[in-house]
Amino acid sequence: MEFDKEVDATGLNCPLPILRCKKGLSEIDATQVLKVISTDPGSVKDFNAFCVQTGHELLQLDSNDTTFTFYIKKRSS
Amino acid sequence: MAKKLALIASKGSLDWAYPPFILASTAVALDYEVHIFFTFYGLTLLKKDLSELKVSPLGNPAMPMPVPMPNFMQMLPGMENIATMMMKQKIADKGVASVEDLRTACLESGVKLTACQMTVDLFDFKPSDLIDGIEYGGAATFFEFAGESDVNLFI
Repeated sequence: MEFDKEVDATGLNCPLPILRCKKGLSEIDATQVLKVISTDPGSVKDFNAFCVQTGHELLQLDSNDTTFTFYIKKRSS
Repeated sequence: MAKKLALIASKGSLDWAYPPFILASTAVALDYEVHIFFTFYGLTLLKKDLSELKVSPLGNPAMPMPVPMPNFMQMLPGMENIATMMMKQKIADKGVASVEDLRTACLESGVKLTACQMTVDLFDFKPSDLIDGIEYGGAATFFEFAGESDVNLFI
């Protein structure tokens, strides 16, 4: 999947992946896509909750046993 | 309009330093406006130097210990330092943020921090011991924000 910026949050625990994601989103333009890589199993639920509450769109989640990769489209305004 | 979160931070140990800063930094990421009121032992969390924060197994039967330890052992000299050292090691090993980092994240993202003026006077804290960028106020200051908040928590 194409993206405009990547944030590596591997090895970090709650709430750091969300904070890094928020920072990453502030550095891209509206409707651009941020890729976030996390190893925190709790981040799957957290990133869903983050997107529902903030209006950013979770386009895709790729997960394997240890790594979770989120593609988030920044909201338009 | 942004949602609002009001927290009272009343505890000053290493373990209890986490909940207010984790909730505040996350709420800001969720576009909340956040205000933390630090009172009594919570005031310690506003000190410039946070290296003195400690955790004690004493009176905390739920604290996971590497080996079961009778209560009287936990009051031996040095036990608090050992427990604190072990906790800090675990925090680093598991990729959990330090209290300093979470506090910095809060400050940089505009969380309002208010020190309870009465406690500052009561414990003879010096404003020069506390970090810059905080405000001083009393219970009425807290309610000014808390009264119109969506979430209020006492920690």
